[in-house]
Amino acid sequence: MNIVVCAKQVIDVSEIKVDPSTKKPVLQGVPLKISDIDKNAVEEAIRIKEKHGGKVTVLTVSSSDAKERVKELLAMGADEAVIVSAPENADYDVVSKLLAAAIKKIGDYDIVLGGEASIDLFSGQMGPRLAGLLGIPQITYARKVDAEKDKVVAERDVGDVVVTMESPYPVLITVTKEINEPRLPSLMQILASANKPINEWSMESLGVKELTPKMETVEVKGVSMERKNIVYQDDVDEAVEKLVDSLAKEGVLR
Amino acid sequence: MNFELTPEQKAIQKTVREFCEKEIKPIAAKIDDEEEFPWDLYKKMGKLGLMGMTVPKEYGGAGIDRLSYMLALEEISKASGSVGITVEAHNSLGIGHIYEKGTEEQRRKYLPRLTSGEAIAAWALTEPNAGSDAASIQTTAVLEGDEWVLNGTKHFITSGDIAEVVTVMAKTDKEKGAKGISAFIVEKGTPGFEVGVLEDKLGLRGSRTAELILEDCRVPKENLLGEKNMGFIGAMNILDRGRTAIGAMAVGIAQAALEESIEYSKQRQQFGRPISKFQAVQWMIVDMATEIEAARLLVHRAAFLEDHDIPFTKEAAMAKLFASEMAMRATRKAIQVHGGYGYTKEYPLERFFRDVKLCEIGEGTSEVQRLVIARRLGL
Repeated sequence: MNIVVCAKQVIDVSEIKVDPSTKKPVLQGVPLKISDIDKNAVEEAIRIKEKHGGKVTVLTVSSSDAKERVKELLAMGADEAVIVSAPENADYDVVSKLLAAAIKKIGDYDIVLGGEASIDLFSGQMGPRLAGLLGIPQITYARKVDAEKDKVVAERDVGDVVVTMESPYPVLITVTKEINEPRLPSLMQILASANKPINEWSMESLGVKELTPKMETVEVKGVSMERKNIVYQDDVDEAVEKLVDSLAKEGVLR
Repeated sequence: MNFELTPEQKAIQKTVREFCEKEIKPIAAKIDDEEEFPWDLYKKMGKLGLMGMTVPKEYGGAGIDRLSYMLALEEISKASGSVGITVEAHNSLGIGHIYEKGTEEQRRKYLPRLTSGEAIAAWALTEPNAGSDAASIQTTAVLEGDEWVLNGTKHFITSGDIAEVVTVMAKTDKEKGAKGISAFIVEKGTPGFEVGVLEDKLGLRGSRTAELILEDCRVPKENLLGEKNMGFIGAMNILDRGRTAIGAMAVGIAQAALEESIEYSKQRQQFGRPISKFQAVQWMIVDMATEIEAARLLVHRAAFLEDHDIPFTKEAAMAKLFASEMAMRATRKAIQVHGGYGYTKEYPLERFFRDVKLCEIGEGTSEVQRLVIARRLGL
């Protein structure tokens, strides 16, 4: 069972602070990490490999150096990594085309795995776009995956309902963070991962001509929350009534 | 000159940090309060490679360098001093002596169970009347036929009561002082080997500190560890290596105190603003941060020397001395930043303060470190 896992390097969103005067996020010094849900996808891939054998390749498209973070995935148990360098302004369209080209170059695969969405932009588009470009079936939002010999059965978490689906190989699956608990590599695995191959591919080497982003990020602004600072100082019964009234007006109480 | 950690060292630091945040920090107060020895935790740590860090893979160890060992120990001690000292004594002393001085047979026999975290190792030098003056130990070992017969009492032995294997230093030639001491491997359950009192300590209460009693305790001839009469010199080598590790432990506890202080000072409001905005508080925190950085560099440099087979005795003693005294100051200031709350068990500061005191005493007091350094300075 050969598996390609798409894993994105993102800024650690929990470390972002917003400049109170400009409302702009301060990105300087914010550490990079592999998007959490993509780590779940890597964990799932390793578990499938442990059961069926085969090879796990992690694939990342990044405009910044991703080697150090990708090594963590190799230490977890992935066999090989491919890093495709992307232009700074790459959008979903560009990245999905680069991923598709890289997956075609990797070639022999049964499953393409990824997180349901990345923790920084959370669009959830990459899986569906990629399945379209590769022309293979897709199962999104999987919270359980059973890879059998000639088919995969997965439970999709779609809010109030769980849908069980099956598909032949090759198939693209995106997973939710509930699917598993990503393992911590042991110190031995960290040392051993130093010798695992990391292939760095350029756009040109994938035969991809210039890609023009279809989307432009106009502005990124922090959401500011301001308190209304309303104080009810009348007698308690009246104050409660007024409070309930205003909460209802705000749509907090229905 | 390069102060940057290698990618592997960074990865090890990150993994151990994540493990400690998840598995140790949440139970650290309980470990201290209830004097708990969480075996499951040590087994998990064994799987991660933390119970045989610098031992090569062929004996089940992780095979990491000394600097990585210090990084790991800092992280563990930051989460819990009790777990820190247990892991340190196991790795540096218990396992360290068997690996450094043991024969191939001894290494193969004992190390795999110890490095996997299935069993804990202890190391017994100190006696009721032999602390800093370690060469004055009175425990004796006499060869009778194919067996060594050990008699004496060991004191303050970390993990002594739960260890499966204990390295015991004993006199093999009473006339020769330091040059008449040898090391022996004693297994738990050997007739004549008993656990005495357990110490009721100020801090590190989740680590075990036991008295060990040897009464006509017979061990096979082949349990002599290293050369006969070379045990004291061997023990001093092992202590040399352990010193840097105690420095790393002190840095870890001080770092925990610093992080708590930064967090608290930004939240605690007095006189209409966070106390972090007051220079008096800032300076305490700044001094902590600066001194921690200095101590960490001393620890890293001593470990670097060790990794490159450059003599490190003076540097290791300096790292331990400075780091442990620095950590005492830092944890004291951290309580001060927290005011009354810092004095209560609601916050971990009092635990850090109690725990870190041992770093000025264990594996050579601050005074002994100064003695070691003075000699190296030719005084």
